[in-house]
Amino acid sequence: MAIAFDRDRGMAMLSLMVRSRLFEQKVEALFSSHEMHGTTHLAIGQEAVHAGVSPALDPDDWIVTTHRCHGHTLAKGSSVEAMLAEFFGLSNGLAKGLGGSMHLLDLEHHNAGSSAVVGSGVALATGMALQLKRMDSPNLVVAFFGDGASNRGIVHESMNMASIWGLPVLFLCEHNLYGMSSCADEMVSVDSIAKRGVAYGIESRSVDGNDVEVVYAAVQDAAAYIHKEGKPYLLETRTYRFSGHSKNDQRVYRTREEERVWGQKDPIKILRDRMVSRGHLTEDAYKRLETQEQAVLDEIAEQLIKQRHELTLDEAYSYMYADGGNR
Amino acid sequence: MRKLSYREAIREAMVEEMARDEQVVVIGEDVGCYGGCFKVTPGLIERFGTRQVIETPVSEEGLVGVAVGAAMMGMRPIVEIMYGDFSTLAADPIINHAAKMSFMTAGQVSVPMVYRTPMGSGTGAAAQHTQSLEVLFTNVPGLKVVYAATPADAKGLLKSAVRDPGPVIFLEHKLYGTEDIVPEGEYTIPIGQADIKRQGTDVTIVTYGKTVFTALEASQVLEDDEVSVELVDLRSLRPLDTATILASVRKTGRVVVVHEAPGFGGFAGEVISQIVEDPITFAALRAPVARVCGKELPTPFNKTLEMQLPPSSHAIVDAVLSLFPSAV
Repeated sequence: MAIAFDRDRGMAMLSLMVRSRLFEQKVEALFSSHEMHGTTHLAIGQEAVHAGVSPALDPDDWIVTTHRCHGHTLAKGSSVEAMLAEFFGLSNGLAKGLGGSMHLLDLEHHNAGSSAVVGSGVALATGMALQLKRMDSPNLVVAFFGDGASNRGIVHESMNMASIWGLPVLFLCEHNLYGMSSCADEMVSVDSIAKRGVAYGIESRSVDGNDVEVVYAAVQDAAAYIHKEGKPYLLETRTYRFSGHSKNDQRVYRTREEERVWGQKDPIKILRDRMVSRGHLTEDAYKRLETQEQAVLDEIAEQLIKQRHELTLDEAYSYMYADGGNR
Repeated sequence: MRKLSYREAIREAMVEEMARDEQVVVIGEDVGCYGGCFKVTPGLIERFGTRQVIETPVSEEGLVGVAVGAAMMGMRPIVEIMYGDFSTLAADPIINHAAKMSFMTAGQVSVPMVYRTPMGSGTGAAAQHTQSLEVLFTNVPGLKVVYAATPADAKGLLKSAVRDPGPVIFLEHKLYGTEDIVPEGEYTIPIGQADIKRQGTDVTIVTYGKTVFTALEASQVLEDDEVSVELVDLRSLRPLDTATILASVRKTGRVVVVHEAPGFGGFAGEVISQIVEDPITFAALRAPVARVCGKELPTPFNKTLEMQLPPSSHAIVDAVLSLFPSAV
């Protein structure tokens, strides 16, 4: 069941979702203007899953994200500056510029990082949960994965192991309908990935991933289950990637009509309209929120573009082995 | 002086490290009451319980991925994979994740994992259970790769591997019953140090793993021919102890590199490159470099055929003698 956010919670969630959306748009613009290099994977349209997961959990719970990790990293508490610095490849980035946009981590905020090998992070999260359980930690690990990754063998192996060992893993499927260009309707054997939980004896559920109040409540319920039962949980959130898979994706595999229909379920619009109708928000206040968030982003990006603090090759070598040896 | 078998030496290293640090955990298939596929782990679960011995389903990719994740959180897993051939299944967590974790996180996260697995033929197990796949790992920056031949080296290297803050690939041969002297008490052998198993003056044989024994056999034969062999056992493939190799070859002026894996694209090519790329060592060569490697063939099941696959001591002797044309 959904819960109704009070005014403060609602504003915090809305701010986070707007920040996530504007962040992605800023990143897109910086890539288009070639001020950033490499590639990037935007999650515009999936903000309710960003805001609805980590903020609903204990700050000491861990997350392992995916190549599409910007929103989750923001939601876990990372600074926009450290994230953007990483995208620019700078030494003050989250991984000193060695990881880039697909490999954000922030240990202080219990974000263990992301694997950009689709689905592989699920095993890492499961192993982290194994160690947390061994050490009698009260915390859990969120393993984010998408509908595409749901078909990886390692995801199935991990779910089986988490189930037999009773590990505190929240398998969080962010079902955005497309694995790159492939529609889940043609690639996934079941109409709901939550159904796969049955095969592993894992309690599961599918919810509307564009309604942050629904996601938030479902995540809290899942966490309560994990703690009470000592078992993993599979939560599928159904959402839609408004953006293309990565930069330069012209989205030839789907229709503009389909995008228009999903656009009506914009997660930010849903929360905003709900808050306005509850008297928690005015249109003017919303505009101010957007303007403030945009100004902060623009200022940070502008400062970073002027910076060129990059690691030297020798410094990069020094990180190759954990003992600092370099050959 | 007591003797231990290769498997006992490996087990003793694990027992000592598990007793020293409760974060040292053995993870693998059938490593509990069954004692592991090659009986290296008997007694561990009885002594350390399921907190330090974790039996897994048949999920090589998943279990290694889980070990990597657990290591990120402070566990020091020793993963046992039944056969080195199944490293193909575990390649993603090892190569794409463990090897790169420290680098990609700029040193914030490390993976103190040991990946133990046996390689090689001679067991009648056919083509999917007998390969020597060490070069899967040696071309990946971020991995350390060791391959001990003797029980004493296996024990000391495994203890170093467990204590290393990063991932170490610990390769084993299948002569698990081979007994030799293993020192009593606490000792480690540093990763990255070759060992001269036999001093000599006329030719250097460089090898590692099971073929150390084949090369020792060949060295005895050559002694009768009055050819003095210096045998360099690499023990560590990465980091490679290039200094020891070069010093030996500069002294003898002749070198034969031996391994069981096929020669094409094999590790011998790297060893030879290190030798000929060094101007002083190159200048010291008195004969062309040579290698004796496994045949370029999947392992046949038929025993007569299988036995012809790895380097024989005869082939090594012939290769060495070919470097002394005037003597033939």
